[in-house]
Amino acid sequence: MLRIPCPFCGPRAEIEFRCGGEAHIRRPADPDALSDAEWADYLFMRGNPKGVHFERWFHAHGCQRWFNLARDTVGDRILAVYAMGAEPPAGLRREAEVRGDD
Amino acid sequence: MRRYSIFTLARNALTGHRDWPRAWRSPEPRSRYRVVIVGGGGHGLATAYYLAKEHGIRDLAVLEKRWLGGGNTGRNTTIIRSNYLHDESAALYDHALRLWAGLSRELNFNVMYSDRGVMMLAHNPHDVQIFKRHIHANRLNGIDNEWLTPAEAKAYCPPLSIDRTARYPVAGAALQRRGGVARHDAVAWGYARAADSLGVDIIQNCEVTAIRREGDRVTGIETTRGSIAVEKLGIVVAGHSSILAEMAGFRLPIESYPLQALVSEPVKPIFPCVVMSNTVHAYISQSDKGDLVIGAGTDQYVSYSQRGGIQVIEHTLEAIVELFPIFSRMRMMRQWAGIVDVTPDRSPIIGRTPVRGLYINCGWGTGGFKATPGSGHLFAWTIARDEPHPVNAPFDLDRFASGRLIDEAAAAAVAH
Amino acid sequence: MTEGVARLAKGGRIDRARPLRFRFAGKLYIGYAGDTLASALLANGIHLVARSFKYHRPRGILTAGAEEPNALLRITRGDGRVDPNTRATTLPLFNDLDAAPQNCRPGLRFDLQAINGLLGPLFPAGFYYKTFMWPASFWKRFYEPRIRAAAGLGEAPRQPDPDRYLHRFAHCEVLIAGGGPAGIAAALAATRAGARVILAEEQPQFGGWLTGEGALRARIDGEAPDAWLEAALAELRAAGNCRLLPRTSVFGCYDHNLVGLLEDVADHKFAPAAGEPRHRLWKVRAARVVIATGMTERPLVFPANDRPGIMMAGAAATYLHRHAVLPGREIVIVTNNDSVYGLAGDFVAAGARVTLADARREIPDSIALPARNRGVELLPGTLPAGSEGRLRVRQIHLRSRDAGTTLPVPRACDLVLVSGGWSPNLALFAQARGELRWDAELAAFRPGPAHWPMCCAGGANGTRRLGEAIADGLRAGAAAAAAAGFEKPAPEPPSVEEGPAWTVEPLWCVPGCSSRERGEAFVDFQHDVTARDLGLALREGYESIEHVKRYTTTGMGTDQGKLGNLNALGIVAGEKGVPVPAVGVTTFRQPWTPVPFGALVGANRGPLFDPVRRTPMHAWAERAGAVFEDVGQWKRARYFPREGEDMQAAVQREAKAVRASCGMLDASTLGKIDIRGPDAAEFLNRVYTNSWAKLAVGACRYGLMLGEDGMVFDDGVTARLGEDHFHMTTTTGGAARVLAWLENWLQTEWPELRVWCTSVTEQWATMTVTGPKAREVLRPLVEDVDLGRDAFPHMTFRSGRVAGVPARIFRISFTGELSFEVNVPAGYGLHVWEALLEAGAPHGLTVYGTETMHLLRAEKGYIIVGQDTDGTVTPFDLGMGWIVSKKKGDFIGRRSLFRSGMRRSDRKQLVGLLTEDPALVLEEGAQIVEDPRQPLPMRMIGHVTSSYRSPNLGRSIALAMVRGGRERSGQRLWVPRLDGPAIPVEVTSPVFYDPEGTRLHV
Repeated sequence: MLRIPCPFCGPRAEIEFRCGGEAHIRRPADPDALSDAEWADYLFMRGNPKGVHFERWFHAHGCQRWFNLARDTVGDRILAVYAMGAEPPAGLRREAEVRGDD
Repeated sequence: MRRYSIFTLARNALTGHRDWPRAWRSPEPRSRYRVVIVGGGGHGLATAYYLAKEHGIRDLAVLEKRWLGGGNTGRNTTIIRSNYLHDESAALYDHALRLWAGLSRELNFNVMYSDRGVMMLAHNPHDVQIFKRHIHANRLNGIDNEWLTPAEAKAYCPPLSIDRTARYPVAGAALQRRGGVARHDAVAWGYARAADSLGVDIIQNCEVTAIRREGDRVTGIETTRGSIAVEKLGIVVAGHSSILAEMAGFRLPIESYPLQALVSEPVKPIFPCVVMSNTVHAYISQSDKGDLVIGAGTDQYVSYSQRGGIQVIEHTLEAIVELFPIFSRMRMMRQWAGIVDVTPDRSPIIGRTPVRGLYINCGWGTGGFKATPGSGHLFAWTIARDEPHPVNAPFDLDRFASGRLIDEAAAAAVAH
Repeated sequence: MTEGVARLAKGGRIDRARPLRFRFAGKLYIGYAGDTLASALLANGIHLVARSFKYHRPRGILTAGAEEPNALLRITRGDGRVDPNTRATTLPLFNDLDAAPQNCRPGLRFDLQAINGLLGPLFPAGFYYKTFMWPASFWKRFYEPRIRAAAGLGEAPRQPDPDRYLHRFAHCEVLIAGGGPAGIAAALAATRAGARVILAEEQPQFGGWLTGEGALRARIDGEAPDAWLEAALAELRAAGNCRLLPRTSVFGCYDHNLVGLLEDVADHKFAPAAGEPRHRLWKVRAARVVIATGMTERPLVFPANDRPGIMMAGAAATYLHRHAVLPGREIVIVTNNDSVYGLAGDFVAAGARVTLADARREIPDSIALPARNRGVELLPGTLPAGSEGRLRVRQIHLRSRDAGTTLPVPRACDLVLVSGGWSPNLALFAQARGELRWDAELAAFRPGPAHWPMCCAGGANGTRRLGEAIADGLRAGAAAAAAAGFEKPAPEPPSVEEGPAWTVEPLWCVPGCSSRERGEAFVDFQHDVTARDLGLALREGYESIEHVKRYTTTGMGTDQGKLGNLNALGIVAGEKGVPVPAVGVTTFRQPWTPVPFGALVGANRGPLFDPVRRTPMHAWAERAGAVFEDVGQWKRARYFPREGEDMQAAVQREAKAVRASCGMLDASTLGKIDIRGPDAAEFLNRVYTNSWAKLAVGACRYGLMLGEDGMVFDDGVTARLGEDHFHMTTTTGGAARVLAWLENWLQTEWPELRVWCTSVTEQWATMTVTGPKAREVLRPLVEDVDLGRDAFPHMTFRSGRVAGVPARIFRISFTGELSFEVNVPAGYGLHVWEALLEAGAPHGLTVYGTETMHLLRAEKGYIIVGQDTDGTVTPFDLGMGWIVSKKKGDFIGRRSLFRSGMRRSDRKQLVGLLTEDPALVLEEGAQIVEDPRQPLPMRMIGHVTSSYRSPNLGRSIALAMVRGGRERSGQRLWVPRLDGPAIPVEVTSPVFYDPEGTRLHV
C-alpha cells in the first residue's frame, strides 16, 4: 500500500485516495474537428510507460482535492507531487522522454 | 518427441529416470526466421504450436525475455470458463474451452484440466437479473450455464454459507459445469514441448530491445542475443504490450495493473469447484496440491511490479470468510501479483496492427489464462493468413476508433 | 504421565513449578511452562510426529523455529478451534493442548500411503505431467480425486471460527524486526536518540541466541550475557518511546515501508479470555525498518537424511539449553562448519556420547582441541553417506571423504545433528525488493542495496560474532533514527569475550546423492523433493531456477523453502557447472510465516463486512414488516407484505393503490448534490446532455449524464434553487461516483469554473407522495405553499414547511401520477413520515417499496439506469434523442455519439414488449429471437430488461433492448425460455400507461 504525499493534508495511506490514471491528457478544445481515430486517441490510448509515470490522484476520503504525482512504475517510488494544471518537473519529464526512446 | 505414458514412466523408473529426453531444446537464435513470436507464455507458445501444426510454418522461433511461462501464465488462479455475455466473447472463450477438453492428449502432457464447474454467486436482485441474462444468452449460444438456487449452490459447494442474515446473502448462482481449472505451468510446458517437437526454436533469456521497420513494414528485431530478420512478428507479451508497441511505433489502449492473488496452506480436499463472486470480490478454488487458490482485485494504479500488497488481499479475504466462515482459521501461505493489461472494454485485442507484418495479441485483462489454447489457435491463423479468423475478427484494434466495443465489463458488471 | 524421559534434571529456561498437561495422538504427556510443543514432545522421547507430503515417510522434529517443514500438527482446543498444519516448534505449550498427527492413516507408526515410498521410483518429480491422460474422462473421475486425497496436509476446519481478531495501525520512526542481540541493540540506539521505536520478536522472550547456546559462549562487559540482556530490556521498557512486542511475527514488508505484524495475543493459550482477540494484526508505517532476523541453519543433503531423530544442530542447542531436553544420548553430528563444536561439548557435558563428523579435512586446533578436550570424538574429512531406522534413526553411515570407493561405516546412534552452514534471514528484506549479494566466505546471500528505507543488522547482515552483531545493531539503530530526524551518535558497543567467527566450506550435496542406493537425499523435506529430482528437472530442460522450483515443487511447502532453498540453488549450480549466484533466486513473497485469514480480516466480518446505510425511516419500515434489498451499501425497503402476502401479491396491491388513490415511498437513498457558484449552470450544461442555461429559478429538469464514451452513466432531476444554486439528484448507486466525476471535471479540466459541489444525500430525508390523492394527503400538513395545479405546476419546486418542518417540495414524478417529493432535514424524516401517514390514512395512503416503484415506472416506460441500460447504451438507443441538445455546443460524451459505429440502425433500442398471452410474465434477462426454431447458436437480437405483471393494465408488460427495435413496432418476436416453449411477443412503444401524460398535470 503506497503512502501518498497529499499536498494539502500531508502523507496518507493509499486507501484514502483514488488514482485517476494518466495525467496531462488535455480534453480536445474542439472535439468535432477530430477524426474518429484522433478522438479514440484522446479517449483510450495511454502511454502506460515502464518508468516515470505522471498520474492524477484524488484524496477521496480526505480533502477531496485532485493533484498530480510522478511515480516510477517499476519501483513504485513517488518522485514528485505537483498541482493540477502545473507542468511536471523538468528533470522528470526529460527522464520520462529518455526512457521512452530506448 | 518421445511420448509420455505410464509405460514410459515405468520403463524409465528401471533406469533411475536418467534417460528422459529434454522437454525442449535450447537452441541459439538464428539470424533470420519467417515468423518470430515474442513472448514465451502460454499464449505465445500455443501460437507457435498451432502455427507449426496447422499452418505448416516451422521456420519459427519463440523469444522469451526470462523463462517460459514466467508471466501471467505462472501467476494466475487458473479459472477456465466460457459463459461470457456477448456473442463475440462467448464464441472466443468457448473456442478455447473446446480445445481445453482434449488438450492433455493433444500435447501428450497432462495439463490437469479439471472441469469442476465454475459457480458465480448473485447477491441481490440486480445480480440475479445480470446472471439470468448471461444464462439465457449462453444457452442460445450453445454454451452451458444454469441457474442454481441458494440451496442448490450449497449442495454443489458445501463450504458455502447461504445464511440469509449475512451482509450480502447468496441469492443464487450461475453454474457452468464445463468450467474448471488447469495446472498453469503445465500449459506452458506442454505447448513448449509440443512446439519444439515440430521444429520451433524456443529461446529463453532473450529480450527484444528494438523492432526494425522499413516504411510501414516490420523487417526485424534487435535482441539481447543479436539481430533477427523476420517476415512476420507476433507480439504476445501480457504485462508489457505497451512497451513492445512503443518499440514498433504505435500506441495501445492499454493500462497495466498488478493483480493480486494468494494461496493458503495445503489441506485435504474441502472445496470441490470454483466459486466467483464479483459483487464481494472473491475468487476461489482448491488446487490438486491442496492449497486454496484465491484471486483478489487489482491495485488501482499502473505498475510493472509484481508485488503483493496488503489492502487488496484483506478485502478479498473478508469476502472469502463471509462466504466460507469455516476458512477463517486457514492461513495465507503466499501472496503475489501478476501484471494484467486492461483495455477500455475489458476485451482482448487480437489482430493486425498499423505496422504490416506485425500482429498483436494482448489486453486479456484478468482473464487470459482460460483463453490460452483458443488465443494461440486464432492468433496463429491470423498471422499465417494475414487476416483474422472470424472468431477473433471483432477483437481488432480499430474498434476503439469506431466505437464497436465488446464491453463485457459494462454489460455484465463482471470482472473475469 | 510422568516427567519426560529426555528431560534433564536441571537447567534450561522452563518453569518446573508449572507443569502442563497435553495430548499427542490421544496420549497424555507432561511438559512445563516455557516449553514449545516440540520441546515437550522431545522431552517425552517423541521424535516421530508426522508423515511427509508425497511419500508419507516418517518424519521427526527437525528445527526449533519458523522454518520447520515436518512437525506440522493438528491442534484442537474445543469446538471450532481447530488448526491444521500448526508448527510444533513455534507453538508454546499450554494446558490441555491437544495435538494430532496429520496425513497418515490409520496412524503415524503404520501409514497405508507409505506405499508411495515403495513406488517412489515411479513417482519422480513431475510424474503427473507424464501420465493419467488416458482415458480422458478418468482424470476428473479417477486420477485427480486420488491425487487430491493423497496431497494436502491437514484437514481444514469444519466449523466457523469462534475467535475474534483485531487490527491496529501504528506509525513509528524505527521498526525493528527481530529481538535478538542485534535487534535489541538497534532498539537501544534508536530509543536513546528519541525516535519512536517498535521492536517485534516472534518468540515469547527477547534475546534470541542469548537465551540458548549464546548464554554459554560469550561474556558481555565481563558478565554473563543475561545481565546485558536484562539491563537493555529494562531500559527499553522504561523508555516512553519504545514498544516491545513479543510473540509478534513481522510477516510482511510491503511498499513504502508498510509492515505487517501478527501479534499472538491468545493463541498461546487454550482459549482467549473474555473479550480478548486471538491475534492482533498490526499495520505499521515506519520511516525506517531494521531487519535483525538473524540466520537460519542449513541442512546437509545426504541419502536418507530425513529420518526422525535427524535434527538441525542449532535446534538441538535450543532444546538442550533453553528447554533442558536431551533429544538423544548417542549423538553423531555431521557438519561442514565450526558452529557446532561448542555444542558438541555441551552434549557430552549433558551425558551424551558425541561423534562429530566434519566434511572438512583440515580443522584448526583452535577449534578441534577444545572439543576433543571435552570428550568429543572428532572425525575430520568425514561425510554422511546414509542412515537406517524406520521410525527413528538408529544408524548413520559415515565414510571418509578421501576413501573414494571404500564402503561407508555404519555407526549406531539415536540422534543425528546436522549443520550445513548458516544463511542470513533475508526474506523480509527481499520481500521489500532489497537486492541480495553472494558472499563466498559465508557461502550465503547477504543484503545488497535496499529498495525502501531499511537495512539489515546482525546475523541478517552477515555478522557471525556476538560482539559484531551488537555493534552492527547499535550502528543500524542510530543510523535509522538519524535518517528519520533523530540524530545521535551510536552508543559505544560493549566489550564481548567470545570465540573466533565460524568458518564454513560449502557442501550443497554430499557426493553420491544421485543414486538411490542408500536412500533418497532430501532437499525439501515437506514436499519430498530430492537431489535426484533436481537433477531430473535439469536434464529434462527445466533449467531456470523457477522451472526447477515449479517442476519439482521444491520450496513450495508451508515453510516456503526457508530450510532447503539455498541447498537447491547450490545443487542446481553444481549440476550446471556455474557459480551459485549465477543461478539466481526465486522470488521471496509475503508472508514470512503463514497468517490466518481471520487475522487479515480482523473485525470486518458479518455486519461490519461492509457498512450498512439506513434511511431515517428505516426503523419504521422494519416495524412495518418491510422486506429489504441491498442497493450498494443501502438497505432499501423492497415491499411491505401484509399477512399472507408474497412479493407478487404485495406489489400488485401497492401498485394498484398508488394509481387508485395515493402511495408513499421512502426515496431518501437517492443521491443529492448541492451545486453552487456563478458558473453552476454552465457546468451543468457541460455534464448533462441537455441545456440548463435557461432553466428558471424554481424549476426542475430531468438530465442524462454520459461518460466521455457517449454511454449513459447516470440520470436524475435537478432543480434550480437560485440563480447560482442547484439541487442535483442521482441514482442511489451512482451518488458517490457522480460526485467524484463532477469534482474530477471541475478540478482537473475546468478549474476556471467557479462551482462548488457538496454531497447532501444524508442531510435530507426524501419521501415521495404520489397518486391522484397526493395533494389531499399533503395539503393539511403544508404551510406557506400553494399546492394548486397552476400555482405549483409539474417540474417545479417550492420551499415551505411540512408538518412544521422546513421542507423543499419537488413536484416531479417517477410514477406518472401527481407526485410531490418532500425533502426535509434528515433528523425530521421520521416525524414527517409519520405525520404524512396519519394525514394519508383517510385517503388510503399506501406505503410502497422499490419493487412497486420499478413496476410503476415501467408502466410509464421510464428507464432505470443500470437495469434498462448497461454501460453500452446511448440516449439515442433509449429513444431519448430529444434530450441531446444540438444547440448548446459541446458536453461530455457528445463527440463519441458521432463515431462511425454509433449511429448504425442495428444498435439495440429500447422498446416495449407485450406477450400474446397476457398472463405470461417474461423473465428479466431473457433473450429475444426472430425465429425460435433456428438451431444453436441462435441469432439473438435483444434482451428483456424489465418485466412485470401490471395490475393497472391487467396484463404483463416488459421493456427490452432490441436491435433496430423502433423499426420493428408491431412485429412478432420470440422469447425462448430455459424450461418451456418460446413465448411470442409483440414489439410496442415502451410507454404502456397514460401515454399522453394527462395524469401528471392534474
